[in-house]
Amino acid sequence: MTVTDSQKMAYVAAQAADARVNLQFETEDGMTLNMGPQHPATHGTLRIVAQLDGEQVVRCEPIPGYMHRGYEKLCEVRTYPQVTTLINRIDWLGSFANEVPFILAAEKLMDVEAPPRAQVIRTILFELSRLGNISLFLGDLGIQLGGITIGFYAFRDREFVLNQIEAATGGRFHPNFDRIGGLKDDLPKGWIAETHLAMERMRRLCDEFEELVLGNEIFQARTRGIGVIPTDIATSYGMSGANLRATGVDWDLRRDACPPGLSYDLADWKVWTHPDGDSYARTWIRLQEVRESTHIVDQLLDSIPAGPIMAKVPRIIKVPEGEAWVATENPLGEMGYYVVSKGDLVPFRVKIRSASFNNISVVPWVTRGVFVPDVITILASLYFILGDIDR
Amino acid sequence: MSGLIFAIELAYWQQTLIKVLVAAVLIPTTALILGIVFLFKMMSWMQSRMGPQEAGPRGLLQLAADGLKFLQKEDIIPDRADRFVFKAAPVVVLASTFLTYVILPAGPDLVIENLPTGIFFAMAVSSLSVVGVLMAGWASSNKYALMGGLRAGGQLIAYELPLILAVMGVVIQAGSLSMQDIVWAQADGSMFGFGGLGLPFVITQVLAFFIFMAAIQAELTQPPFDMPVAESEVVGGFHVEYTGFRFLFFFLGEFATAFAFAAIAATLFLGGWWVPGVDPNSALANVVGPIALFVKIMVVAFLIFWFRFTYPRFREDQLQRFAWKYLIPLALANITITGILVVVL
Amino acid sequence: MPKVPGMVKGLGVTFRTMVETLKPSGGPATVQYPHEKEEPSPRARGVIALHEENCTACMLCSRECPDWCIYIEAHKTLAPPRRAGGKPRQVNQLDRFAIDYSLCMYCGICVEVCPFEALFWSPEYEFSEVSIADLLHEKERLGEWMETVPDFEAYEAGSEAKGKKVPR
Ligand code: SF4
Ligand code: SF4
Repeated sequence: MTVTDSQKMAYVAAQAADARVNLQFETEDGMTLNMGPQHPATHGTLRIVAQLDGEQVVRCEPIPGYMHRGYEKLCEVRTYPQVTTLINRIDWLGSFANEVPFILAAEKLMDVEAPPRAQVIRTILFELSRLGNISLFLGDLGIQLGGITIGFYAFRDREFVLNQIEAATGGRFHPNFDRIGGLKDDLPKGWIAETHLAMERMRRLCDEFEELVLGNEIFQARTRGIGVIPTDIATSYGMSGANLRATGVDWDLRRDACPPGLSYDLADWKVWTHPDGDSYARTWIRLQEVRESTHIVDQLLDSIPAGPIMAKVPRIIKVPEGEAWVATENPLGEMGYYVVSKGDLVPFRVKIRSASFNNISVVPWVTRGVFVPDVITILASLYFILGDIDR
Repeated sequence: MSGLIFAIELAYWQQTLIKVLVAAVLIPTTALILGIVFLFKMMSWMQSRMGPQEAGPRGLLQLAADGLKFLQKEDIIPDRADRFVFKAAPVVVLASTFLTYVILPAGPDLVIENLPTGIFFAMAVSSLSVVGVLMAGWASSNKYALMGGLRAGGQLIAYELPLILAVMGVVIQAGSLSMQDIVWAQADGSMFGFGGLGLPFVITQVLAFFIFMAAIQAELTQPPFDMPVAESEVVGGFHVEYTGFRFLFFFLGEFATAFAFAAIAATLFLGGWWVPGVDPNSALANVVGPIALFVKIMVVAFLIFWFRFTYPRFREDQLQRFAWKYLIPLALANITITGILVVVL
Repeated sequence: MPKVPGMVKGLGVTFRTMVETLKPSGGPATVQYPHEKEEPSPRARGVIALHEENCTACMLCSRECPDWCIYIEAHKTLAPPRRAGGKPRQVNQLDRFAIDYSLCMYCGICVEVCPFEALFWSPEYEFSEVSIADLLHEKERLGEWMETVPDFEAYEAGSEAKGKKVPR
């Protein structure tokens, strides 16, 4: 039997990966703690190998890959409408937001533009999925820190957002609603009024979070000055989203580089930054973002123009040859798709840039010398979704 | 001293048997009551839920059902565990709880053993549970359990001190170490010459009360001091490897200890079984006493669990700092002030 | 006014919620599931219903399904003419139409692509089974779901989408 070069490469790669993990296990001094892939703090199957000296972390390395589903490759054998059903599941808490950059990239290649009504509704749904995602962060952070009550509040009020997403799209978690050239369907009657109510609930959740967790002295003792990431480190690791804004960088793709097809310019809103770069700052930024998001949704709901929901696109979608890169500001950070088309029914190559992978790669740097409980707060405040790391 | 049942003279072994039986029934019952009322119901309400609804009327038997479920579970002992120590640990923990119940007075005559050094005995045996926890953590041959056990060891030792120092204030004021005498001292006391309400020591010993509450929260390893069992860090800590009825032992131990500590707090600071208006010498006090004590225990337990469901947890080093830098000096100051006032007044 | 410490405020939040839950006007946020049920919105994608008369076995749905979990078998047959005296029409007679719900990811593509309005979403969600093989719904079972399909909702103001009707 002959062994091909690629098989050899794969073998070497596997050996190298194993060797690195084993190296960590076989330490003489101190203790190696293997957190995950089934550990409650790694929500999902992230594995973290930490070399400890007592409770102090000497080295800590995240080992992603336990949930790799090969979406980039799967996309190459799915037609464009089918791809959205897959990429829904990358960041499963804010699934609609995953569809948008891909659809925008396809629209860019096909040179179609969604009608204004579709654009506004798309933006609203985008923000709703951000709310659904970050509100869970608020609850999860409490749970990781031992205050489980806020977790229940978050689930309770998040339900209102999910209900709105479901009422419009039919799917609570995986809407699959965005289409090349518009949206699948128009909004049902009474949706706008109910969404306003849901936004009220979200703002109430924010107030409760502030009183129950953020203002709590214990929480502040646990997060202030813990896991400080300076600006240059954050940018050199390619961090994005709220984690980057928490280091003081005034950067938001929604404002700075909003791709055509989303209508953030219709609303009046603010990008929050925090100079500290610690776990507290990241939490604070996200809390403000939830508030800001509810205001964006409220404003956009009142300015939905009348008109069609779909542009004219052929029934069988063939995307002309070309390449396009579109990135948007997703709940977890910058998410982008690089789509290469050869004029076929299926994309030739799709490269997915998801935020969590970069955000989590800073963990070895930021966890040097902290205590084990701080690893948990840092992980929780960096906020990753496993599907977004592994894809 | 009257009352029918107390007139009957029993042989020593008969008395002992009855006392052991009472304690054996009392411990699981009290643990169940606390578990149902606070862990299941109150926590649910605080989280916009209804709690268990199916087992028994309004789900009140849920914990009994859970207990039965635990009994059916397979008893797994890890391969590399130290089998003897692993098995002994839950018993040690439960035994320490068991012994604490001995000195709790529920009425003028309703006490299993009225030791002259009751509170001293309670503090001593309650710290026994540290040994059980350390044994569990060490014997499980699990890194998480070890970390949890060591954290628990450090924490329980650090908080034993403020606990005892807080009690000292009460002891100085009452002039006795006996739980019964402390109750009597509160019943006989008076506030600014008005004796109708007696003098619950929570009024004169506010500081001690708060220190005591904080310390028992830590002793019970409940949030905000629950790092030994923190499920998001050490996944249950020292009892991570325990299943079935061994886990049930830990569970019972935790809640029965919560009840015992609540009872001690109620006795030391809220007057125990004493009710204003009921003559402590009458037989009635033996009937009303347990009820009054139970109500007071529930009030204290409500506080304990309210904190538990509201606060996030400290970090281990912050907790130690909190104990050594704040609680212990405060408790010492409290003792000094109490001592001076007792002598001066 | 001095600032209330955050720890005290937190206690207030939990206590308030407890009172809120116990008040008759408030109540818990949860429902007691097997006894009471949540009503999903009419658009909710619960289970797919098949209106068999409309299906022409064109295979579009089965081809577009991202995980190919629709099984269709059909044969050609002659149907009686529509008008008296006309020629008999050649139609596809559906032999088998099955959706494997253990594979389906509820994406809705099949419903969307069906050109003959033969597939509909029903918000019904209680069809879990003990055995995974029972999740394969044949066309009889799919047809029964038709009863649970709600009418399409009216659209929000400003919409130009045309209202659709469910064949009954
Ligand atoms: S909903 Fe999607 S996955 Fe399910 S049968 Fe239809 S096309 Fe296939
Ligand atoms: S697309 Fe519609 S008509 Fe065609 S086979 Fe599927 S259900 Fe039948």
